[in-house]
Amino acid sequence: MTTSPENGTIAVQAIDIVKNYGSVEALRGVSITARAGEVTSIIGDNGAGKSTLIKIIAGVEKADSGSIELYGKPVEFHSPEAARAAGIETVYQTLGLIEDLSIWQNLFLDRERLVGFPPFRFLNKRVMRTEARRMLDELDVHIPSVKARVRGLSGGQRQAVAISRAAGWSSQVVIMDEPTAALGVRETAKVEELVHRLKARGLAVIVISHNFDQVLRLSEQIWVMRQGNVIAGLRAADTNGDELVALITGASATPRS
Amino acid sequence: MQTPDLKDSGVADMAAPEPPSVMKKLGFTLKSPYFWANWTVVFALIVAIIIFWALSPDTFLTSYNISTILTAAAVPAILVVGQAFVVMTAGIDLSNAAVVTLSAVSFGAMFAAGQPLILCIAVAVVVGFAAGSVNGVIIAQFKINDFIVTLGMLSLAQGVALVISNATPVQVISEPLAQFALGKVGVIPYIMIVAVILVIIGQIVLTQTRFGTHVLATGGNSETARAMGVRTKAMKISVYAISGVTAGIASVVLISRIGAAEPAMNTSLLLNSVAAVVLGGVSLFGGRGNVVGPFVGAILLTMILNGLIVAGVPQYYQFIAIGIIVMVSAILVRTAK
Repeated sequence: MTTSPENGTIAVQAIDIVKNYGSVEALRGVSITARAGEVTSIIGDNGAGKSTLIKIIAGVEKADSGSIELYGKPVEFHSPEAARAAGIETVYQTLGLIEDLSIWQNLFLDRERLVGFPPFRFLNKRVMRTEARRMLDELDVHIPSVKARVRGLSGGQRQAVAISRAAGWSSQVVIMDEPTAALGVRETAKVEELVHRLKARGLAVIVISHNFDQVLRLSEQIWVMRQGNVIAGLRAADTNGDELVALITGASATPRS
Repeated sequence: MQTPDLKDSGVADMAAPEPPSVMKKLGFTLKSPYFWANWTVVFALIVAIIIFWALSPDTFLTSYNISTILTAAAVPAILVVGQAFVVMTAGIDLSNAAVVTLSAVSFGAMFAAGQPLILCIAVAVVVGFAAGSVNGVIIAQFKINDFIVTLGMLSLAQGVALVISNATPVQVISEPLAQFALGKVGVIPYIMIVAVILVIIGQIVLTQTRFGTHVLATGGNSETARAMGVRTKAMKISVYAISGVTAGIASVVLISRIGAAEPAMNTSLLLNSVAAVVLGGVSLFGGRGNVVGPFVGAILLTMILNGLIVAGVPQYYQFIAIGIIVMVSAILVRTAK
């Protein structure tokens, strides 16, 4: 794990991002920041542009204009791999894990530890299993065996493995798209605990969520989006559910920032 | 779910985190559907041996007959290695038997032109590799259904084989090739040893290399694998190329056995390779399987044909038997999911 910069420094800054799909203006000049050691939530109605925004930060989509800075340095990602190499990991809602592979295989997919010389390089399974165990332990994820296949895991366990994978590398930013959408109450609590641990480790966590209680519980910073714009940036401590609802639906007359 | 607290063991767990007890482990293994998917074929083989031995106690388990089975099983056993890799990516190669014919005819043309044996073999393998690569590129690059592409290649390879050979077989009279086809270590013919070596290489590549893991990941969930950084297109192209190479090697073994390069396609080779892969516990949905199981499946299918012949069952019943066995095993493997 690389030493993370001090908590509170701006990890990710998106500046004036514009994205159009044909004649549809998905993002009309959006700027947000996410700080290290904080959870930053992006909320808004369906079609507000949340997903497009995080896809651009994660390198899945390319912005038409605007820029992204990572710890003050301008970056440009042409692929998810490029974003990952720069330390931005994404936990997707559906594109989680390969069910027929074991937990350790999933944690190390495309990052396999090998022994031997090319072209005779073989998987170093022992090392990967031990490290996989450590990655899960570090986040206090309780799963009996890293050799178990993902198919047999519960939704919460899967999400925990996916998050461990995202956090287990020298990542600085973890983006989560609806991390608890498919989970029950207890499992949601577990995943929220995990998010807290990532935060405590100094990572910048960006979460998209529809659950206002969760957003208020988890995050330090909240960005509210509507129709391709950011209409408010709030500290979670200074707001409440009613205000968030009002902002999202447009009932509040004066946008704050 | 109760979990052992690994925190207590501290640094020591780096050295020895496992295991609870042998019995517990065995219980876990026996309950795992993966175990049954992998081992059904072995139990089936054992049961089949016992039945045929009971039917023909004097002839079936003789060293002569065992050699006969292993000789006949060599070509399907080689083909099945490539087919297993293809099916593990959730694909299918319907062209492998036709590519065997194309490779064989290419071999024959080179041989008739007086080229050295080693060059003929190389051409057969390269032709197989090329045909497989064409399959793979069209399937992966243009995202065309594997069924359609390889069905097209089946006809294409067969047609080219007929054109090259002018629809006439070429006799391949080669002393070293004939010796190779007849040679044995104990009851095991050399050509079966070739198959076994390919199976071992295939199994090691699958289970011990990054490539193998990525093949399984591609088959398990192509889109997710892609998002995790796996080069899924390259994996798909590779498995069809591997299938082509095994078809090329199989063609050389086939020529050595019959002493001729024939333009006629052996349809049962195709059916056999798909059936053996299913029998061997490779999921047709991809993502799961091994190479040894399909190999045992190929031996089993050959042995059933042989056992029925030895027991004096009329030939037509053999097709019925194979069909039933494949369907039943597919059901067994499926329920185990």
